[in-house]
Amino acid sequence: MSALELRDVVVDYERRGGGLVRAVAGASLDVDRGRVVGLVGESGCGKSTLARAAVGLVATTGGSVVFEGAPVSTLTRRARPRSLVRLQLVFQNPYSSLNPRRTIGSQIGDGVDASSRAARTARVKELCELVGLPAAAATRFPHEFSGGQRQRVAIARALAAKPSVIVLDEPLASLDASAQAQLANLLRALSRELGLGLLLISHDLAIVRHVADTVSVMYLGTMVETGPTLPLWTSPAHPYSEALIAAVPRPDGRGFLPESLPGEVPDPARPPSGCRFHPRCPYAFDRCRTEEPALVTLADGRAAACWLQAEGSPPAPPAERAANLSAKSTVE
Amino acid sequence: MTDLAEIDELALPVAPSNRAFLPASWREPLAIVGAVIAVGWLLVAIFAPLVAPDNPLSQAFPPAQPPSLHHLFGTDELGRDVFSRVVYGSRVSIPIALLLVFLAMTIGSVVGAVAGYFRGVTDGVLMRSADLVFAFPAIILAMVVAAVLGRGLANAALAIVVVAWPSYARVVRGLVLSVGDSEYVQSARLLGASSRRTLARDVLPNVAGPVLVLATLDLASAILLLSGLSFLGLGAQPPTAEWGSMVAEGTQYFQWWWIGTFPGLAIFSVVLAFNFLGDSLRDVFDPRTARQAGEGRA
Amino acid sequence: MSLLAVEGLRVRLPTPGGPVTVVDGVDYEVEPAQVFGIAGESGSGKTVSMLALLGLLPERSSVEGSASFGGRELLGMPRKQLREVSGRELSMVFQDPFTSLHPMLSVGQQLTEHIRLHLGLDRRSAEKRAVELLADVRIPAPEAALRAFPHQFSGGMRQRIAIAIALACRPKLLIADEPTTALDVTVQAGILRLLDRLRHEHELAVVLITHDVGVLSSIADTVSIFYAGRVVESGARDAVLQSPRHPYTRALLDALPHPEAAKEKPLVAIGGAPPTPGQIPPGCAFHPRCRYAVDSCRSEVPPLVRVGERRLACPVDPLHA
Repeated sequence: MSALELRDVVVDYERRGGGLVRAVAGASLDVDRGRVVGLVGESGCGKSTLARAAVGLVATTGGSVVFEGAPVSTLTRRARPRSLVRLQLVFQNPYSSLNPRRTIGSQIGDGVDASSRAARTARVKELCELVGLPAAAATRFPHEFSGGQRQRVAIARALAAKPSVIVLDEPLASLDASAQAQLANLLRALSRELGLGLLLISHDLAIVRHVADTVSVMYLGTMVETGPTLPLWTSPAHPYSEALIAAVPRPDGRGFLPESLPGEVPDPARPPSGCRFHPRCPYAFDRCRTEEPALVTLADGRAAACWLQAEGSPPAPPAERAANLSAKSTVE
Repeated sequence: MTDLAEIDELALPVAPSNRAFLPASWREPLAIVGAVIAVGWLLVAIFAPLVAPDNPLSQAFPPAQPPSLHHLFGTDELGRDVFSRVVYGSRVSIPIALLLVFLAMTIGSVVGAVAGYFRGVTDGVLMRSADLVFAFPAIILAMVVAAVLGRGLANAALAIVVVAWPSYARVVRGLVLSVGDSEYVQSARLLGASSRRTLARDVLPNVAGPVLVLATLDLASAILLLSGLSFLGLGAQPPTAEWGSMVAEGTQYFQWWWIGTFPGLAIFSVVLAFNFLGDSLRDVFDPRTARQAGEGRA
Repeated sequence: MSLLAVEGLRVRLPTPGGPVTVVDGVDYEVEPAQVFGIAGESGSGKTVSMLALLGLLPERSSVEGSASFGGRELLGMPRKQLREVSGRELSMVFQDPFTSLHPMLSVGQQLTEHIRLHLGLDRRSAEKRAVELLADVRIPAPEAALRAFPHQFSGGMRQRIAIAIALACRPKLLIADEPTTALDVTVQAGILRLLDRLRHEHELAVVLITHDVGVLSSIADTVSIFYAGRVVESGARDAVLQSPRHPYTRALLDALPHPEAAKEKPLVAIGGAPPTPGQIPPGCAFHPRCRYAVDSCRSEVPPLVRVGERRLACPVDPLHA
């Protein structure tokens, strides 16, 4: 049993001006202790909403979120149940996720369960050092730190609660290359050393590739592919994953332009019929326009939601499968 | 676990924690001027019997004397020493203004906090009543309330409280709402803090600053309103020495300019002082600007 | 002759604590129809140096040095003249597509206003030209788009519109400050391809400012690496990115997650963080974080000198194999 299990989660929210928008339309995900799961996708795919639903900040309209065997309740005015405190979230923006008027030591201390003041101070000091901040940092205010350091503070704060799973919503997005690399390494190390399960949400595929053990790709509210990072990266099974990977610029100095994807992400309030990706998919055929493919398990622990991939069989490059298909149809 | 991540010694800001230094904002000339005047008047109010040469109510002197060595501000039409009356007037205007601002601030903040915390219908009802008060010009509403309650300083003060509390309610409600939705409050909630606890630890510190700034500036308005009501005959009753009513008297005796001018200047100086103070108080409360003394570029 | 030649550019910005040097002696040249990439992290001065060229700095800033565009000196040029140059021969595209277009004017109005101001066309010709420009940047249904408002378009589309406005008067040089940073990766790819096509079709020189080395690598001809307000290395893209000679360039590249690298190799993070303006270490700004630093690095600011085909600000030159 995984520490955090999301099954067919559906999240609707009201759009300004009336109308319900389905931000997440059935997504499943597992996070195990000691492993890093990367969740990637572009704007409008619902990954941030899913992250918030996973910790209870946002109510789910359908599906289930289970943490350590018990369902995750939505946060109300009452205090969060103690059992859920081991499920934490780190926000994207290091500038708005810390209270500017409190010292960082006091904010990290929020999550510390200590009997005495001295014990709390000691634990805060420990946590600062754990994330690579000097102990003297505890008496300072957030504005005295850089973005990368503030993210460390946010991580220390989450760690104070001795979590088994931490969800991180784009933690590296507003950081410099130096800070990104440092933090990415820190996250990986924390996961290994402390046996933490991490759900890392990011639009930056390259970083996710370095940090995550498994990756899930989201498009317009649904999971289109999941699997171990390296095989997914080297031979993606879903056309969208393929397009996403091909769009990442390479800093190798060779001057190759990244591949772009035609069209735009549709409005989540009006998703396309059948497979949500079909209007932009280079391999779309008739069935794609009418039936939405389910996420099926392929061999080697991978899964994809595409009519080009067959359940149970090993994944094959979409181009290959598409070629076979048209070869078949011309023969018939 | 120092091998887990490198320690960022280099990146920690070099500036020392300098709570010992006065915040830079206090070094600003206006703030100092304001503080000096305010403290000056406070001392005058406290030590009035020592500062005033004569009894403010005594009509023993020759009436309508222009300012001279004996009577620094001259005497009024009834033969009272204007200087002494201005000095004793501080004992009326300033404490009452302080008290009523404190009341308005407390009532208004509680209303605003309740509205922001509970939201929904409660919020609607409370804020609409605030809107009702806002709809009237302050002096008119204060006049009406004071007239209904009857003449006298206490009633005038009450009338001003009625007029003043909505500003605080609005400010506090806005802050409670925005801070309540902020990510740091959400983080605290995720860590297991109850709504009430985050109200105290995260929301209130962010609220206190702006509210106190508002209060300091409001003091100025309170004194003006009080003086205005007294001027209209609704506040201090004769023979009480109160600046507003003294100015009123002065308008009746324009040829003896000193009767109305000096109390007017007193009002002016106090209002100015509190305005200066209020402006610089905001910086003192923000940790970002409170420590600029001694540091280089922050 | 270079299209744009910047020499000894030094910019000091006013701050509450006194003037702070944000750009500290920057030299580079941009040739016609060349894509010149500027890479740097925060505090490197890359954006401020551009704002200086366009006269967009805050009131009490001080600017030294020279920036010669087509033979004319941009620094200190009177406002009126500068306004004619920028917009006609030199234009700029900014980072945030959500705030760079006027929210209350239609796309057509924004485009035609620009065209009529600088090219003096009448309304009908300006509209015709506007449609051509929108088609050029691949906005679908350009005639309808003229009457639409910016909020009706996605971020990527708005950036395309901003590029169309920037290219309306066929400038010789386009300055793009982090044009794709706020965009999704597939949308970014589209914009990069667009820029590449446009620059070939219109013989356009582009100065591309970004913190993303991958972006530079895709499209730039020459790159310049900024650190703490100075240029540390510049040269042809393949040379600098494939065999960097400055320790900072090397460290920066090592810190990037390379899509093709073996996953098990952790990212080599550079210790510490880039210095904030006003707290630049003496000597070489990078020396506290540099593993090859020697004594002279701590005291002498290394000058940017020509070394073979590139320019380098590192007398130690430890990576020269």
